[in-house]
Amino acid sequence: MKKVLLATAVFSGAVLALEVTGAGSTFVYPIMSKWAFEYNKETGHKVNYQSIGSGGGIRQAINRTVDYGATDGPLTPEDVEKHKLLQFPVVIGAVVVTYNVPELGRTVLNMDQKAVCDIYMGKITRWNDPYLQQLNPNVKLPDRTIVVVHRSDGSGTTWIFTNWLSKVCPEWKEKVGFGTSVKWPTGVGAKGNEGVTNYVRRSQGGIGYVEYIYAKQNNLPAARIKNREGNFVEPNVRTMQEAARNARWDKSKHFYEVLTDQPGKDAYPITGAVFVLIPKDQPERAKKATTFFKWVFEKGDKYAQELDYIPMPENVKKLALEYWKEHGVAP
Amino acid sequence: MENVAEAQKSLRRIKARGELLERFLKLSLGFWALFVGLLFPILAGLILLYEARLAIEEFGFIHFLTHTNWDPVQEDFGALTMIFGTVVSTLLSMLIAAPVAIGIAIFITELAPSWLKPIVSTAVELLAAIPSIIYGLWGFFILAPIMATKVEPWLQDKLGDVPLIGKLFQGAPTGVDVLTTSLVLSIMIIPFMAAVVRDAFNMVPPIMKESAYGLGATKWEVIRQVVIPYTASGIAGGLILSAGRALGETMAVTFLAGNRPEIPKSLLEPFTTITVALANQFTEADTDVYLSALYYVGLLLYLVSFTMLGVAKFMVLRLEKRWKT
Amino acid sequence: MSRKTRRKLFSNFMLFLSFLTAAYGIFWLFWILGSLIVNGFRYLSPELVYLDPTPPGEEGGGLRPAFVGHLIITSLATIMGVPVGIMAGIYFAEYGRDSKFFMTIRQITDIMVSTPSILMGAVVYAVLVKPVGHFNGFSGAVALALLMLPVIAITTDEMLKLVPREMREAAYALGAYKWQVIKNVVMRAAKVGILTGVILGVARIAGETAPLLFTSFNNHVLTFDLRDPMASLTVTMFNYVMGPYHYWHQQSWAAAFILTMGVLLLSIIARVLLHRNLLEPLFYIVRSITGKKGG
Repeated sequence: MKKVLLATAVFSGAVLALEVTGAGSTFVYPIMSKWAFEYNKETGHKVNYQSIGSGGGIRQAINRTVDYGATDGPLTPEDVEKHKLLQFPVVIGAVVVTYNVPELGRTVLNMDQKAVCDIYMGKITRWNDPYLQQLNPNVKLPDRTIVVVHRSDGSGTTWIFTNWLSKVCPEWKEKVGFGTSVKWPTGVGAKGNEGVTNYVRRSQGGIGYVEYIYAKQNNLPAARIKNREGNFVEPNVRTMQEAARNARWDKSKHFYEVLTDQPGKDAYPITGAVFVLIPKDQPERAKKATTFFKWVFEKGDKYAQELDYIPMPENVKKLALEYWKEHGVAP
Repeated sequence: MENVAEAQKSLRRIKARGELLERFLKLSLGFWALFVGLLFPILAGLILLYEARLAIEEFGFIHFLTHTNWDPVQEDFGALTMIFGTVVSTLLSMLIAAPVAIGIAIFITELAPSWLKPIVSTAVELLAAIPSIIYGLWGFFILAPIMATKVEPWLQDKLGDVPLIGKLFQGAPTGVDVLTTSLVLSIMIIPFMAAVVRDAFNMVPPIMKESAYGLGATKWEVIRQVVIPYTASGIAGGLILSAGRALGETMAVTFLAGNRPEIPKSLLEPFTTITVALANQFTEADTDVYLSALYYVGLLLYLVSFTMLGVAKFMVLRLEKRWKT
Repeated sequence: MSRKTRRKLFSNFMLFLSFLTAAYGIFWLFWILGSLIVNGFRYLSPELVYLDPTPPGEEGGGLRPAFVGHLIITSLATIMGVPVGIMAGIYFAEYGRDSKFFMTIRQITDIMVSTPSILMGAVVYAVLVKPVGHFNGFSGAVALALLMLPVIAITTDEMLKLVPREMREAAYALGAYKWQVIKNVVMRAAKVGILTGVILGVARIAGETAPLLFTSFNNHVLTFDLRDPMASLTVTMFNYVMGPYHYWHQQSWAAAFILTMGVLLLSIIARVLLHRNLLEPLFYIVRSITGKKGG
């Protein structure tokens, strides 16, 4: 009897329901997955989202291998039009600098633009470097090698991080630039936000850049970063909202907007939004995605906030709905 | 009279049908044999070639093989880092595995009492049956941390200052590097190599060994001066066969290599191989040239592995011929 | 010390070294299997099989799509690969032995057995994934089937070659056609051996990860539709191990344990089938204990 029940439990649940496929950003994966889970519970529709990195998400969206792609590095309006896509933002998050130094435990360190830049350029190689020490006078920094971790795959998180570095560090802008994939001066590559978090967790003296929730869920500290106004800001919901306050979301520009290094006393400097790409020329598939994201706009806010993401402001959601209608992909 | 004629006619019909069935069977079986052994390998190679054509046109042959720049953003691809990683990890793993495999083969054929032989043989074969992702998982969760916290610092401490070899042990010991990868790879190929060498040893005609014993040789001398020279080409073939397998190993290496697209300067640095690049970057190649470049390295791997395995086969067959004549 | 004793000591020393190498090999085996058993067993739970995965960061959930998907893909691959492989093997053994051409083809088949499996995935991607526009479970099954083909062909060939000539000749002498000889005599005799080959082939592809990485890809949702991407145990393990969450790691251990035990069990069954005389002494003992006559 138990066997029959087990077999039924295994094979049940494969109802003929709407299935939406998505792929891309690992930055958004925790909340995207949570939305998919709750959406399925409520409506029975399935959303299969694969966290392969924004680079992969862009490519699959372009190749129409998935119904929607998700990327933290937005496509320029020209590129959106060139590939006959539509682009809109769905949530905002923060890229934090996280680290794992056994002697420091969960102590939060201060880092300024130059510190992060020099670490990732390979110029600062030890945790007790005098420059870092003077930023953190109350902490005894140990004499350990810094193990620099970055992304090995095409990543929107990298896009946001290197975009910020290019804005605040002229040498980085010149020598490395920004994008979903760059030529890193130093460090080890890991796959996805998951991989970077994992690597930092397992290394002794590792440092990496990940979406905030990954550091939080794995009990890793997130550094305070110096922002444009000169304040050391901790990444949290309030500082992220500050960063997003001056954003101008323009639907005629396909919502292209960058949130790094924004003005504001308490603005967290490495903030970014996640953008969804849908095929303009395949309205049935696009509508599957917009149906899901309409639910996300209506009901998904609380889940986002639980995971320390910022939902889009109401006016932006309205703009998105208008945008869909204009292009014939409203749900 | 008519019955006989009719009987003869129906017999001929049965025979004709039988022969038709015969030919049909031969053709269909033959087709599948041709497919598996010729059409499919060639087709696979052609598909790889076709997908790689963009990259081949763009980067040529020599340039692709000799450049280290693997830049998806600038769309400039050179496969040297991967080729280097594949070659080095394979060679290193063989260096570790070969003496062990030969030793195991010697143990099984010469030393083990007959009750122990099948147990050791089975144990070694079980090692081969373990799926490669398990090696990756175990290596990543269990071996790499031990290497990072105990073994590698110890090696760095003892050998780091030695003039030449010391350079091989520089760098932060993360456990995910050339050394750990080669070690796990070697464990994976030991069973295969040991089996080939053991089979080669078993082919030595007893009379050759007995004559040597008759002259007063010790066991080791018989092994070293009779068995091994006799099976030399078989052993070499086995080595190359195992290398061919190590070349294509993906999962264990992907977990333990560290995935850094640069040529490692020490055993303790992370690196990359062709299979690692394919496994990690295939789904992320966001431009046609990028994907084509991946197919290009895949094609290279296919050709090299095919050639190595072919050469190895040839050498093993030569040994078999010797024994048969 | 006389030269003779010195040589003898040296020989014993070298043989001792060879004993050490065997111990070295067994050491790894025990360590790997041991870790697998300890960690895998610890995290085993029935929920793994009938629950779907939770969003990342939320503990719990299971691997239902992966288990079911893996079964579907492996079974389909077996159905596709075994008949073709056996047919090719029959040709090699029964028809092709006099042809140098076909003997070369057979050698090429043997080479294909050891070809990197990830390349099969790349080939199938170009043919069955790119044109279709999305990852699908069917392409994963095809990739595995292609891997199986050479293995089955070679083992079938080897097993058929073991059937003594006399059996065939006796059948011919009775006037049988070739296909009758093959069907009723040779195949019957090699039945067990061929089955062994099939079991080993299945064990081999059940443990494969690389070819599935970009063919059947992955899916968090249970699906039976081969046109959809499909989860598999191995790819899921790959993703979970590289991720940061503890519960992902634990589930990977459990999945690894199940997978390895399954594969090892298949391998052991195959060996036992092949060497049935291993079991004979066991049967003898059992019979003599129970007092049954006619052992």
